[in-house]
Amino acid sequence: MKISTKKLQWLMFGWFFLFPFLPVPGYWITIGNYIGLYSIVTLGLVLLTGIGGLTSFGQAAFVGLGAYTTGYLSISLGLSPWLGLLTGLVVSALAAGLIGSVTVRLSGHFLPLATIAWGLSLFYLFGTLEFLGKYDGLSGIPPLSLFGIDLSAPRVMYGLIWFCLGGCLWLVLNLLNSRPGRAIRALAKGKTMPEAMGIHTAQYKILIFVLAALMASLSGWLYAHLQRSVSATPFGLHMGIEYLFMAVVGGVGHVWGAILGAVMMTGLKSQLQDLLPLLLGSQGNFEIVVFGVLIVLLLLWAPDGLWPRVAAVWARFNPPEPEVVAPAIAPDGYGDMARRAKPAAGSLILEISEARKQFGGLVAVKDMSFEIHAGEVVGLIGPNGAGKSTMFNLVTGVLPASSGEIRFLGERIDQLGARRIVKMGIGRSFQHVHLVPHLSVLENVAMGAHLRGKTSPLSAALRMDRHEEAQLLFLAAEQIRRVGLGDYMHTPAGSLALGQQRILEIARALCTDPVLLLLDEPAAGLRLKEKEALADLIRQLKGEGMSVLLVEHDMDFVMGLTDRLVVMEFGSKIAEGLPAEIQNNEAVLAAYLGGIE
Amino acid sequence: MDFGIFAVLAQDGITNGAVYALLAMALVLVFSVTRIIFLPQGEFIGFGALTVAALQSGQFPRLVWMLMAVGVLTFLVEIGSALRQRRYKPLPRRHLMWSGIENLAYPTLVWVLARGLEWQGMPMVVQILFTLGITVPLGIMLYRVAFQPMAEASVLVLLIVAVGVHFAMLGMGLFIFGPEGSTTQAFTDWSAEIGALLVSGQSVVVLGVSACLIALLYLFFDRSLYGKALRATAVNRKGAQLVGIGTTQAGRMAFGLAAALGTLAGTLIAPLNTVGYDTGFVVALKGFVAAIVGGLASYPLAAAGAVLVGLLESYSSFWASAYKEVIVFTLIIPVLAWRSLVSGHGDEE
Repeated sequence: MKISTKKLQWLMFGWFFLFPFLPVPGYWITIGNYIGLYSIVTLGLVLLTGIGGLTSFGQAAFVGLGAYTTGYLSISLGLSPWLGLLTGLVVSALAAGLIGSVTVRLSGHFLPLATIAWGLSLFYLFGTLEFLGKYDGLSGIPPLSLFGIDLSAPRVMYGLIWFCLGGCLWLVLNLLNSRPGRAIRALAKGKTMPEAMGIHTAQYKILIFVLAALMASLSGWLYAHLQRSVSATPFGLHMGIEYLFMAVVGGVGHVWGAILGAVMMTGLKSQLQDLLPLLLGSQGNFEIVVFGVLIVLLLLWAPDGLWPRVAAVWARFNPPEPEVVAPAIAPDGYGDMARRAKPAAGSLILEISEARKQFGGLVAVKDMSFEIHAGEVVGLIGPNGAGKSTMFNLVTGVLPASSGEIRFLGERIDQLGARRIVKMGIGRSFQHVHLVPHLSVLENVAMGAHLRGKTSPLSAALRMDRHEEAQLLFLAAEQIRRVGLGDYMHTPAGSLALGQQRILEIARALCTDPVLLLLDEPAAGLRLKEKEALADLIRQLKGEGMSVLLVEHDMDFVMGLTDRLVVMEFGSKIAEGLPAEIQNNEAVLAAYLGGIE
Repeated sequence: MDFGIFAVLAQDGITNGAVYALLAMALVLVFSVTRIIFLPQGEFIGFGALTVAALQSGQFPRLVWMLMAVGVLTFLVEIGSALRQRRYKPLPRRHLMWSGIENLAYPTLVWVLARGLEWQGMPMVVQILFTLGITVPLGIMLYRVAFQPMAEASVLVLLIVAVGVHFAMLGMGLFIFGPEGSTTQAFTDWSAEIGALLVSGQSVVVLGVSACLIALLYLFFDRSLYGKALRATAVNRKGAQLVGIGTTQAGRMAFGLAAALGTLAGTLIAPLNTVGYDTGFVVALKGFVAAIVGGLASYPLAAAGAVLVGLLESYSSFWASAYKEVIVFTLIIPVLAWRSLVSGHGDEE
C-alpha cells in the first residue's frame, strides 16, 4: 500500500494520540503533555514566522496571558475555567491586535527585537502585579471538568491537550490551503507582490499575529489547569526563545515540523538533564552547553530544519502527490463569476498627462504624457535609466506621482496604492520575478485570484470555502492553460526556467481579470526561443482583446509586437509613433546609439 | 523630589546610559556588518568583569582555559574545512600556520603570562588590557566556529545560532566562574562637589571612556574607507565581495570589536555593581532597547537612545521601583509605533 506523506503525518499524530492507552510510565505521559503544550505554541509560531515571515520571541508572554487570565478568574473570582479559556483568548487577541498593529508593519529585524522587548515587559509585569501574586504566582487553580466529569488525571489531560493540538492542526492546515492561506504565504515575499495582487498585507500580518497569540493562549490555559498553579518563570524570554528553537529545529516553514521540533527539543532536553550529570558530574550546567552546541550543529547540517529532511527521505519511496489540485471540469456557478466588462475596442483606457516623479532633486519622470486605447499593445522603451520603471511604478501604484494626472477608465489613479489599482483592472508582472518558489505553479497563479473570492479566514479554517475554492482553482488552471503552462500545473514554481516564470507571472496577472496588462521588462534575460514564446503569448492576448503596456529596452523584441511605441530618455518622452517610424527617428537613434557631437 | 535627588538620579541614569550606549554600539556594529543579532554580547560583560576581578584578587583567570579550549576547536574547524576543500585547491599551508599561531600558540602564551606574572596589584589599565587580550580573540574564534560557516543564512537562522552560542557560553560561564558574582576595585576615589551634587570620579571615567569610544566608532564607520567597506558588507555581501571587500575579515573584525566593547562595559560597571556570570544578559538587553531606539543603524542615535534608557531606568526606580524593568522594556512600543509611522513604505527582502 502506498502511504502518502499526508497520511503518514496523520498516522504519526494518531500514534501520539493513542500513546496514553499504552502501559507507559507516568513520566512519559508528563513529557507527552509538555510536548503537546509546546506544539500548540510552536504551531502558531510556524504560521507566524515560517509561513508569514514574522519572527517572534514573545510567544511565551501570550502563553502567560492565557494562563494568568484563567488562574485569576478561577481563583479570585471563582469563575468556571471554561469562561477563563474564553476570556484568556479574548485578552490575548486584544493584546496581540494592539501590539501587532504597532509592530508588524516594521521591516525585517525590528520585529524580532521588538518582540524580545515586549515579551520581557509582559514577563516583568506578571512578576510585579499584586493581584497576580507577584513572583510567587497563583496556586490552587481548580482542575478542569466537563459536564461533571473530572479531567484532572494526567492521562485525561493528555487526551485533551492532544485533542486541542489536533484541532489547531486541522484549522491551520485548512486555512493554509485556501484563499486567505495563499495570501499569508505571499506575505513572506515582501510587500510589493501581495499588494499588487490586491492582498492587504498589514491586515493579514495582524491576523497571523493574533492567530499565533490565540494558540499560545490556549496552550497557557491548558498549562494552568494541568499544573494547577502559575508563576512568571515559564513565560519569560528563555521560553520564548525555546519555542522559536522548536519551530526552527522542526522546520520553520512546515506545519508538521512544529510537532517534530517540540518532540525533539523536549526529548533531548529531558535526556540531557538525566544523562549529563551522570557523565560529567553535577557541577555546572552542562545540559545548556550541550544543548546550545547541538542547536548550532543541527542548523549547520540542516538549515531548513528536520521536517524537510524527513519528508525528502519519505518522498523517495512514496513520490508525493500534488496537494492542491484544480477541478477537472468547471464547478457550478463558474460561469456566473463576476467578470469585468471589456471596454469597447479603441476607447481610451489609460490617460497619462504631465505625470512627474521627483526624488529629492532628481526628476525621474518629467511631465510624461501618453495614452493607451483598448486592444492596443503599446511599448514604453528607452535606454537604461530613462525612467521607464519609475513610470511603470506610477501607473501600478507602487509610487505616488509628484504632480500630473494618471486616469484609468476615467478615474484618477495617480495617488492610489497598488491594492486599489489592481482592483480597478490593471494587472502587472515584475521585472525580477516575485514567486513563492516551493509552491506549485497552480498555487502561485491562484494568488492572483485573491480579489475574485471573498472567503474569510474563519470560513476557510472551518472548510466552508470549498465551493469558492474550486472556482478559484479552476480559474487559475484556466489561465495557466491559456498561457501554455498546462503541463507544469503542479511543478514547484522555483524549478521553472526564467522564461516560464515570467509567463507564470502573466497568468497570475490574468487571474485578476485585468483590462490592461502591464509587463515590466518581460523579455529581459530570456533566450531567443523563450522570447518568441512570450511574443506569441502577447499576440494571443491582444487577439482576445487585452490591452498591454510593455516596458522594455530590447528594441528587436518590441518592434514586431507593438502597435505603437513611446520612447523615453532622461525622464521625458522623446518620441511616439508606429514602430517603423520610431526605427528611423533621429532622436531615438541618438538616444540608443549615442548622438553625434 | 528636590533638585539634589533629581541630579543624583540624572547622574546615575547618564552613567548607566553610557554603558548601555557601548553595548548598543556593539550590537549595531555586529548587526550592520554580519546581520547577526549578537545575543552572546551579554556574556562578555560578565566574563570581562569576572576576569578582571580574578586578576585583582590574585586568582588564576580561568577564562584562559576557555580561550585555549575554543582555540583548539577553532583550529580543528580550520583543518576540517581545509581538508574538505582539498579536491578543489591545495592545502592552504600558510593559512593553517597562521591559524595555528592564532588559535594554539597565542592562547598558550596567554596561559604562560597568566601563570607567570603577579597580576595582583598591577595597574588596573594593564589588567583590563590583559582581559581584552583574552576576550577579543575569543570573540573572533566564536565567529569562526559558529557563524562563518553559515554567513549566508537568513537573519532568523543566524539569530537562532546566536541563541545557541549564548546558551553554550552561559553554561560554560557557570562552570568557569561559579554562581557567585564579584566586584572590582574602583577606578578612582576622586570626587568633586558641584553645587549640591557630588560628582563621583567613577561616573566621570565611565562617561569619558564611553564618549571616546563612541566618537572613535563614529569616525571609523562614517569617515574612513575601511569602515565604509564594513558597512557595505551588511548591505550586500555578494556585492561587497565582488568589489574586493573581505566579508570574512569584516565579520572577524566586528566580533572582535563587539567582544572588546562588551568587556569594557563589564569592567565599567563592575566597580559599582556585583557582576555574575549571567548578569550581562539583562544589561545587554537594555543595550538592545537603546539600539532599537536608535534604529539599529545610526551610532549617535543609538547613543542618545542609551542615555534615554538609562535616565528612564534611573527615574522609574525612584518613583516605581517595582515597575522599573516593565517601564524600560515597554518604552520600545511607542518608539516602534513612531518608527512604523515614519517609515511608512519600505519593502523588506
